[in-house]
Amino acid sequence: MHEQDKAPLAQAASPDLAASPYAVEMRDICKAWPGVVANDHVNLRVRRGEIHALVGENGAGKTTLMNILYGLVRPDSGEIYINGERVHISGPRDAIRLHIGMVHQHFMLIPPLTVAENIVLGQEPGGPLAVYDRRRARELVLQLSARYGLPIDPDTRIEKLSVGLQQRVEILKALYRAADILILDEPTGVLTPQETYELFDVLRALSRQGKTVIFITHKLREVLDLTDRVTVLRRGRNVGELVTREANQAEIARLMVGREVLLRVEKRPARPGPVVLRVENLHASSDRGLEALQGVSFEVHAGEILGIAGVEGNGQSELVEVLSGMRRATAGRVTVTHASGQQIGKTYDITSMNAREVRLVGVAHIPEDRRGSGLVLSDTIESNTILGRERWPRFAWARFILRLGEVALWARRLVREFDVRTPSTRLPVRALSGGNQQKVIVAREFAADPQLLIAAQPTRGVDIGAIEFIHRRLVEQRDAGKAILLVSAELDEIRSLSDRIAVMYEGRIVDIVTPEASEEELGLLMTGGRPSGASREEEAQTTGDLGA
Amino acid sequence: MFWPIFLRVITSGDLWQASLQFAALLLLPALGGVISERSGVVNIAMEGMMLIGCYVGVVVTLASHSVLVGLLAAIVAGGLLALVHGVVSIHLKADQIISGIAINVAALGLTNYLNIVQTGGQGIPTLASNLRLPVLNWGPLAQLPFLGQVLFQQNVVFYVTIVILVGLQFLLFRTNLGLRIRAVGEHPQAADTAGVSVRLIRYACVVASGLLSGLAGAFLALGVAGTFNSNMTAGRGFIALAAVVFGKYTPLGAAGACLIFGLGLALSVRLQDTGIDSNLLATLPYILTIIALIGLVGRTVAPAADGVPYEPGSAE
Ligand SMILES: Nc1ncnc2c1ncn2[C@@H]1O[C@H](COP(=O)(O)OP(=O)(O)O)[C@@H](O)[C@H]1O
Ligand SMILES: [Mg+2]
Repeated sequence: MHEQDKAPLAQAASPDLAASPYAVEMRDICKAWPGVVANDHVNLRVRRGEIHALVGENGAGKTTLMNILYGLVRPDSGEIYINGERVHISGPRDAIRLHIGMVHQHFMLIPPLTVAENIVLGQEPGGPLAVYDRRRARELVLQLSARYGLPIDPDTRIEKLSVGLQQRVEILKALYRAADILILDEPTGVLTPQETYELFDVLRALSRQGKTVIFITHKLREVLDLTDRVTVLRRGRNVGELVTREANQAEIARLMVGREVLLRVEKRPARPGPVVLRVENLHASSDRGLEALQGVSFEVHAGEILGIAGVEGNGQSELVEVLSGMRRATAGRVTVTHASGQQIGKTYDITSMNAREVRLVGVAHIPEDRRGSGLVLSDTIESNTILGRERWPRFAWARFILRLGEVALWARRLVREFDVRTPSTRLPVRALSGGNQQKVIVAREFAADPQLLIAAQPTRGVDIGAIEFIHRRLVEQRDAGKAILLVSAELDEIRSLSDRIAVMYEGRIVDIVTPEASEEELGLLMTGGRPSGASREEEAQTTGDLGA
Repeated sequence: MFWPIFLRVITSGDLWQASLQFAALLLLPALGGVISERSGVVNIAMEGMMLIGCYVGVVVTLASHSVLVGLLAAIVAGGLLALVHGVVSIHLKADQIISGIAINVAALGLTNYLNIVQTGGQGIPTLASNLRLPVLNWGPLAQLPFLGQVLFQQNVVFYVTIVILVGLQFLLFRTNLGLRIRAVGEHPQAADTAGVSVRLIRYACVVASGLLSGLAGAFLALGVAGTFNSNMTAGRGFIALAAVVFGKYTPLGAAGACLIFGLGLALSVRLQDTGIDSNLLATLPYILTIIALIGLVGRTVAPAADGVPYEPGSAE
């Protein structure tokens, strides 16, 4: 509907520009990295003033293509036209001159510098040799922020800002450089649902003002909600260019993955067994010393998936850390009872165990921060598949000397079973795409044959092919009689996988509902009973005004 | 025996004059280190660049009969050697520590060799006073008791150093260029995507560190010693390196560190009359260093991308 609003503006802009209706046209772009063709004769046409989705699985070549457009990567061949004119972009400075702006997936902000310094960097008032004019920079940022309705305090250091506000700074940075074409590389991957809605409003407003937006994502819902047209990449090639209005999720998913994808998880009703995890009146503090958990109690049975829903930052992370032995509880009790195997019926009190001990009593854990605590990125796939189990007799003689042959066999087996796409198990995990990194963790944790599996944000930043795979495996584990605790910020994921849903708000479980509960009902519970969205907005407001 | 001499030494203008001179000699390469590391290039080769500056300064002064030409040649020589370090670490993305070590070793060997070959092992004669960098004449100010000797009877390069110190502090923290330099040292990807040329900034900063080290070499050879001796820098470039870290990568901080080191060096020279073993005294500056490190400085944090070559297009 916003398409009509902005049409006049787009037209008004065109007469003085070239006749081409395309703000961006990339033709026959090729780029090969050692061992992989990231872009194979890719074409991209983006109309002036539209919001254009660039979708594809992880590793499809989206970032590479946009880095080429922004001048960060040199293509092996191909042509780029901006507003119908052939251009050569050999560095970000060229792109900036052509009014192209890019918000990178990993933010390009300098944490110890202030918002204003980050925004004006490289185009400071007065030029390179002048004295840095703090007041003028501040003024310019405030003007910009007022003009585009993106409130921010110019004097706050970046390291003090929430991820959502950092992204706002990135957008302002592009606008400060007078970007007409705005590229956003997976901007919602790090945002809460509320922040995502806010971002969409901002992008729609920008598009109404005549800006062209290229929006990279692999979340189909976002494509349908926000964009006008879609270009789909698969393994470095174009596989479709669609008008969003005429497309549907299943069609785009099929193009992305190259086969039918089950967007809904197929599962039979759960057949819950005895209680495996029992959490009683658990209390814990956050890193900042606040009471993150304020008396949490629940149970997870064998053969069921209990989902924990909630806006991020309501204690979910701390809960998972306590359960997996990475954080000390200040009060309460956690027990794990074996529901199968040799120690059936045996109960362990894991309240004050450390991470290694918790693993030994049958708890597996897929951590939410896969790069920080799930994997050793610079280490090989082989080493990562035995992480935490390197002292097992199977993998080590006398607990100290690794049996490398065994480890290699084991890694190869897991890679095969869990469909990790890699040429070799000797590669560092860093070389894998996000989805494949996550599969390494999932493989390792499932292979431990646990009693309880804690899965925290198991599909964050993972492409749909891998999401489908991980979801299917989770349900399989459930049907094999494991107890599964699923924590996710994706409401869709929680609703489609869980047998029961516990909603967390401000360190408490406010209710436990069935997956049939409506999205509105869950949304209401997640925000403490208030209309959804209100609480986040307040928070953004207060952070934005810090010190102003 | 000790205390009376100690008291006399510590209150003498001699000691403080020497301290400031030693400090300035350390500060020039330290400022070079600050600017290079702020832009994200580790430079441990100030020692070598300084030594080259000493040698080229003396040789060119003798050949041209002009100390000014010698001074300029020393500065340029330091800059050229730094350019080599720049090409190796910025362009070729080689290990910056290894490159620095190579430059130090090469500078030592080269100056030694040339010195011996050229003079047939005789060594370079002492320069005539008109071929030396002069002490600046402040007129009546120099006659002030104590302060006159300490502040107004210094070599001309001493005052240049103070101007550079203030200028560099201002440049780094008050100007747009300084903002860019710090940005490049913290997060080159961010600077590049914001339109700042990472290469240009890094080259400029590395070369600047060489120019400053070359100047320090000229100061030492043409101002203080008046001749060239093998390995005459005697580790000053390395002490400067320590001053960079203790000074928390700021010019003023480095100046503070250099003052402490300078005092230590001067003390170790002047206290020789007390009968304390001279070898033991020679450790004094370093003991002061450790005390300063524990007591005054606390944790220092290097620029985030210090020593990391920049690869465009690699997001992580
Ligand atoms: N700097 C690089 N060096 C080597 N390979 C790279 C580099 N950047 C991307 N690749 C590879 O190119 C392919 C496409 O990556 P990318 O463009 O990041 O995909 P997407 O953004 O769609 O997930 C992947 O296989 C990736 O591993
Ligand atoms: Mg990407």
